[in-house]
Amino acid sequence: MSMWEYANPKRFMGWTRPVLPWTFALAGACLVVGLIWGFFFTPDDFRQGSTVKIIYLHVPAALMAINAWIMMLVASLIWVVRRHHVSALAARAAAPIGVVFTLIALFTGGIWGQPMWGTYWAWDPRLTSFLILFLFYLGYIALWEAIEDPDTAADLTAVLCMVGSVFAILSRYAVLFWNQGLHQGASLSLDKEENVADVFWLPLLVCIAGFVLLFIALVLMRTRTEIRARRIRALEARARRA
Amino acid sequence: MIALLLRDLRLAIRAGGGFGLGLAFFLIVVVLVPFGVGPDTELLSRIAPGILWVASLLAALLSLDRIFALDYEDGSLALLATSPLPLEGVAMVKAAAHWITTGLPLTLAAPALGFLLSLTPEAYPYLLLSLLIGTPALSMIGTFGAALTVGLRRGGLLLSLLVLPLYVPTLIFGAEAIRRGAEGLDPTGALMLMAGITAGSFALLPFATASVLRINLR
Repeated sequence: MSMWEYANPKRFMGWTRPVLPWTFALAGACLVVGLIWGFFFTPDDFRQGSTVKIIYLHVPAALMAINAWIMMLVASLIWVVRRHHVSALAARAAAPIGVVFTLIALFTGGIWGQPMWGTYWAWDPRLTSFLILFLFYLGYIALWEAIEDPDTAADLTAVLCMVGSVFAILSRYAVLFWNQGLHQGASLSLDKEENVADVFWLPLLVCIAGFVLLFIALVLMRTRTEIRARRIRALEARARRA
Repeated sequence: MIALLLRDLRLAIRAGGGFGLGLAFFLIVVVLVPFGVGPDTELLSRIAPGILWVASLLAALLSLDRIFALDYEDGSLALLATSPLPLEGVAMVKAAAHWITTGLPLTLAAPALGFLLSLTPEAYPYLLLSLLIGTPALSMIGTFGAALTVGLRRGGLLLSLLVLPLYVPTLIFGAEAIRRGAEGLDPTGALMLMAGITAGSFALLPFATASVLRINLR
C-alpha cells in the first residue's frame, strides 16, 4: 500500500479521527509546559529584562507562518500533479491558520520592539517581508472565496500559490536590497556559535514543538470540516436531483 | 501574433477603449499628492521617485481587467484558445499590447510630471530608464492576475488584491534606481535586478497565464 492511499477522503477521515485528539493534547501539553517554563522558570536577560520572554510566542509563530505557506505550496503541487482532493482542501485549510500566525508574529514583534528599539514598527527587511507575506495570504484566501466551482478554485489557487511563492522570495531579497534593518539575524541555527543561551533555548524548543503540533492539529481539523462540508453539498445536490 | 497585437491595439485606441484613461489617472494621482503633503519643494523632490512609481503602478492596475474580460465575454478568447497560436503566445501578446497602451505612454509622460514634483535634474534619465525597464514586468504580472480573475463577476477588487503584492519587488527596484540616480549613486544594480524581473516574468509567467486561462475556459 502506498502512502497516497491515506489521502483517500474516506480513509483520511478514518485515520484522522483517532489521531486528532492526541495531536491536540500533545500540542496543548507542549505549549503549557513550554510557556510556563519560559515565562516563570527562566532568568531575565541581562540587557532585555523580562521582555525577552515574548520570544516564546514570537519565534514559533513566525516560524510557523512561513512553514504554513511552504505546506500550502507542497499541497498545491500535490494537487496539480496527482489531483488528490484532500490535498487541495488541506492547502485551503492551512491558509487562515497561516494568517493568524503571521498576525501573532507581527503583533508580538511590535510589542517586543517597543521597549527594545523604541518603536512598534520599523521598515526593516524582516518586518516588511512578513507584512508582504500577510498580503499574499489575504489574496490567496480571497481567491478561494471568490470562485464557486471547487475544482476550478483549487486549480487557480494552486497556480497562484506557486507564482506567489516565487514572488514572495523575490520580495524577501528585494526588501533586503532596499533597507538594512534592526531585526537580528538568524540565532537559532544548529551549527552556529552565537545562538540563544541554553536556558532560553530548551523551553523555546518545547514551544516550537507545541506550535508545530498545534498547526498540524488545526489543519487536520479544518480539512475534516472541509471534507464534511463538501460531502453535505454533494448530498444536497443528490437530494435535489432525486 | 502580430495580427492579434494590432487587433488589440486598435481595440484599445478606438471606441472608448480607455486608452487615455490610465494616463489621465496617472496625472491626477501625481497632481493630488502635493495637495496632500503640502507644496514644500524639498520634500516633494525627495518623495517624487516613489510617487511616480506608485502612480504608474496604480495606472497600470486600472486597465488590467480589460485585458481578457471583453474577449472572454464575447467568446473570442475561446476562439483564440482553439487557434493554432499557442495560448502562451496569446498571453505574451496581450501583455505586450497592454504595455504599449499603458506602460509606454506612462513612461513618456513621467518626465513632464517629474517637473510638477520638482524631481532633481540628474534623476530624469533614470526615471525614463527605470520605467522603460520596469513597466513591461507590471504588464506581464498584471496579465497573469487578469487571467486568474477572468471568470469572476466582480473580479476587479480581487485583481488588485492579488496583483499588488506581486508588484512589490518591481516597485522597490524601480523607485530605488531613481533615488540612487538622484543622489548621484550608482543605480545599475537596481536597474539590472529590475531587468531580471522583467525578463524572468516574460519567460515564465506566459506559461502560468496560459494554464490559468485553460482552467478558466474549461
